[in-house]
Order: sequence, then C-alpha cells, then structure tokens
Amino acid sequence: MEQILLGAVSLGLLWSIMTLGVYISYRVLDVADLTVEGSITLGAAVTARLIVTGGDPYVALVFSFLAGLGAGLVTGLLHTKLRIPALLSGILTMIALYSVNLRVMGMANISMLRMTTAYSIIGSLLGVNKTLSVIILGGAMALIIVLILYWFFGTEVGSAIRATGNNPFMVRAQGVNTDNTIILGLMLANGLVALSGGLIAQSQNYADVQMGTGSIVIGLASLIIGEVLFGKRNFLSRLLSVLFGAITYRIIIALVLRLGMPADDLKLFTAITVALALSLPRFKDLRDTLKVSMNGRKKHA
Amino acid sequence: MLKVEGLTKIFNPGTINEKTALDDVSLHLKPGDFVTVIGGNGAGKSTLLNAVAGVYRPEMGSIYLDGKRIDRLAEHKRAKDLGRVFQDPLMGTAADMEIQENLALALRRGKRRGLGWGVTAREKVAFREKLATLGLGLEDRMSVKVRLLSGGQRQALTLLMAILKAPKLLLLDEHTAALDPKTARQVLALSDHFIQDLGLTCMMVTHNMRDAIAFGNRLIMMSQGRVILDVEGDEKKLLTVEQLVKLFSSRSGEEVNNDRMLLG
Repeated sequence: MEQILLGAVSLGLLWSIMTLGVYISYRVLDVADLTVEGSITLGAAVTARLIVTGGDPYVALVFSFLAGLGAGLVTGLLHTKLRIPALLSGILTMIALYSVNLRVMGMANISMLRMTTAYSIIGSLLGVNKTLSVIILGGAMALIIVLILYWFFGTEVGSAIRATGNNPFMVRAQGVNTDNTIILGLMLANGLVALSGGLIAQSQNYADVQMGTGSIVIGLASLIIGEVLFGKRNFLSRLLSVLFGAITYRIIIALVLRLGMPADDLKLFTAITVALALSLPRFKDLRDTLKVSMNGRKKHA
Repeated sequence: MLKVEGLTKIFNPGTINEKTALDDVSLHLKPGDFVTVIGGNGAGKSTLLNAVAGVYRPEMGSIYLDGKRIDRLAEHKRAKDLGRVFQDPLMGTAADMEIQENLALALRRGKRRGLGWGVTAREKVAFREKLATLGLGLEDRMSVKVRLLSGGQRQALTLLMAILKAPKLLLLDEHTAALDPKTARQVLALSDHFIQDLGLTCMMVTHNMRDAIAFGNRLIMMSQGRVILDVEGDEKKLLTVEQLVKLFSSRSGEEVNNDRMLLG
C-alpha cells in the first residue's frame, strides 16, 4: 500500500507540472487549449530521442520545454493572427503534432530502458531508489516552477496576461496588445506541459506517440480537484492547490484501481468525474431554484 | 486636437443587414473642448467614439489626434493617448484583479511592459491618494478584487483609470446610463471635476438632454450617422430641453420617440 501511495505521489508531482500549464491556459487565459494533448507527447518525444542518441537527460528536458514553447506559439498564432477559434486552433496543432512527434521519434515508441535518466543520476548521487528520486526531482521542479509562476504573474507582463484572460477589451483600452499576451500565455502553458512530458517519459523509461491521449481531461480533473479541496484564496495558494490536486488525482486513481476497477475504464472514469465537477454550478443553480419555488408554494398553500 | 474628416463606417457591407453607422462625419475638437454628444438609438454616437478609439476600422475618412493620423493604428497603439469609460460598468476593469492591480495596468498605458513588478510600493501610496479623491472609501480596500465592487464603484474606478495618465482625449460612452440616478449624478460630477481639474479634452455620449446641456462647452447632436447640430459657448449654455427636442425633429425629420433621450 505504501508503495502504491508513493508511486501515486511521484506520478502526481510529474503531472502537476503539466497541470500548471493547463491552469495557465484554462484558468488564467480562459482558453480551453487542446494543444496540450500533442505537446505533452512532443516533450516526451524530444527527450527520448535526445537520450537514445546519447544526450544529457537534463539538457533533453530543456529542449522539451523549448519544443513546447514552439507548439504554444503555433496555436497562439493560429488563434490571434489568423482568427481561428481557440478550441480549433488547439485541435489543429494537436493533430499536426501527431505527425511531428512520429518524425521526432522516428517510430511509434522509444524505449530508454537501462539508459541514464535524470532520475538515475539523482538516484546514484543520493543513494535512493527510483520512486524516491522521482519524488525528489519532481517535487523540487514543481515547487520551483510554482515560485517562478508566482513571481512572473506579479510582473507587468504577467499582470497583463492575467488581465487578458479576465477582460481582453479592457486590456486593449489600456494599451496592451492582447495578441501578444495570448501567444505568450499559450507558449508558457505548453512549455510546461512539454517539460512535464519529458519528465514523465524519463520516469517510465519510454515515450509513446499515444501517451498524450486524454491528458487535457486529466489536467482538468486535477485542476478542479485541487480547487475544490484546497481552495483558491490567493494566487500562491491557487498554484499550490494545482500541485496538490494533481497528486490527489493520482492517489484517487491508484485507489480505485486497487479496489478492482479495470484499467481500461480509467479514461471513462476521469471523463465522468470532470463532467460532474464542471456541472456542479448548474446543479447548485437547480437546487436554489427548486428551493425558492418550494418556499413559494408553501407560502401560497 | 481631434480632427475627424469624412468618416464613414458601414456594418455588414454587402449583406441584407448593411447599416451605415457613420455617414461622412467631420468634426474638429479644440484643445480643452468638452463635447457632449446626443442622439437617438442607432444615431452613431458610440460608433463615432469606437472608431476614434480603434475598435472599428472606418471604410472611409481619416482621424488625426494632435496632428498625427491614427485611423490605421491598432486599438492598443492608440490607447496611450486615450482614456475610455464604457456604458457597461463591467467592461472597464478586470474583475478578478485587485483595485490596485487595475490602476497599475492603467498607469502603464503607453509604456513597454517588462518584468518589473506589476504594482510597486510607491505606486500603492499614490493610488491611495487618488482613490481618496473619489470619496467612495476605496482607498481602504485597495487589495479587494474589483468583482466585489458595485456598478457605481467600478465605474468610478474606470474613470480614475481613464484619467490617471491625463489622456489627450477622454471618451465617455454613456458611462452613467447603467447606474441608478443618484450614483449616475455622482459619477457625472466626478467626471466633470476631473475634466476641469486636468483641463482634458473630452467627448461624452449621453442619452440625457439635460446633462448634455448642463455639462461641457459644446454639444453635437447626431442622427442616422450624421452630425445634425453643433453648438458651443453661450449659444449652447442658453439651450433648453424643449429647444433641443424641436431642433431634433426639424433637423432629423424624426420625432423624439425615445423616453431615455428626454428624461433627466
């Protein structure tokens, strides 16, 4: 049981970086960006290709991040300069990335078995096992990224990006080019997603062209779990709640699998969870209307 | 100051919904002019302001601000010389950001935004002072999210943001129409105070004829995309609502059938 829990925490930490990316596009920019499904695989593909050709695993992660920036840039340009709706722009980039990822890897999957990864370096340095080294590296990176994001969204540029998601009309009236802030936000979001993809690939020792399927839903589920359970008081606590949400999601999944749910049903389970969570406000409305009409009936009776 | 020449804006050209919102409008504003703009629904008042601000690209005509041609500039590039307040109180501010963050966004209008702090400690001190001039107690709630403010408070904040950098031209687009009468009077008085105090050039669209006469030094009336009346100085001061109504029907060929345009 302890092993399962530790495994879930380690996986959650790696996915939390991806979830931070989803937070930027979905919550800060208010764009449902499906590029994520392709850019997480792109990050994995870039890392895997570099590692099997003898590259340094940490340098490989930097290149994963850069590749993600590029993916976000493409979606951003499609959406702002060519005025393609955000959802469709993301889908286009996602589909395009499928081919790109195959090209990057040269095949449908790459194994990094028994090769030097970021975790094996940490493991031999600190003398800890694989799971612990994933938790150490993943946790450190997630925390550092949270702090960087907290700083960045407090700067002039960061404030302008936040305001763009809030009220693009107002932001333009204040002299901000909203095309640029949207592009920048999408780049940052997908950079983090691709970095997360690189970290995940190194932890499972392989990259697969299919691994991104459903990742946006996992990101949303983690995001919403974090918001519901850990609140959203100020910006720092929001970012941290994203992190804890991603870990909680993995623990929940580990538990339901242990309780005997077939792994094949995982995506259905996640989709239903997200649908329920997203429709919560609607249920609350219905309940309130029901209450009011019931009270009204009582009065007239 | 502002020179608008032969401005024409057509919405949905070539379709069944084609509408000429501005029809060859020319207008010159002198520095310090405070122009009130009246007219019925669809007269082109808001379209004129939005064309100046760069929300719409006109089909024909030109717009100069301080001798510089601006009608081909993107909206965000014109923003540094303009202050704008909109009819919808939700439109002028970012709801999920703090009062001081909104002001800081406005303070950086026309500046390059970098990686410096979004709001500095020194700016907060200055904002506190400025907010106090609104007389709404907002200076003690600077880190409150704008979402929690009333419509009137949001509109007063938007006004403060608009004049924070003393713009070359202030555009008020029926900015009190969505407020209750008492709040509307307060926001209008504040606007007038800032305009006089800073000597701003301003165009204020209003539905209210009484306000249009009471405020500003010049009044223009629009109908069907054209300017049909342009009076200033003493001639404007001596106008009455009855005269305006008469002028409106004689010049536009329509009756005043819009209650909102009459009542004060």
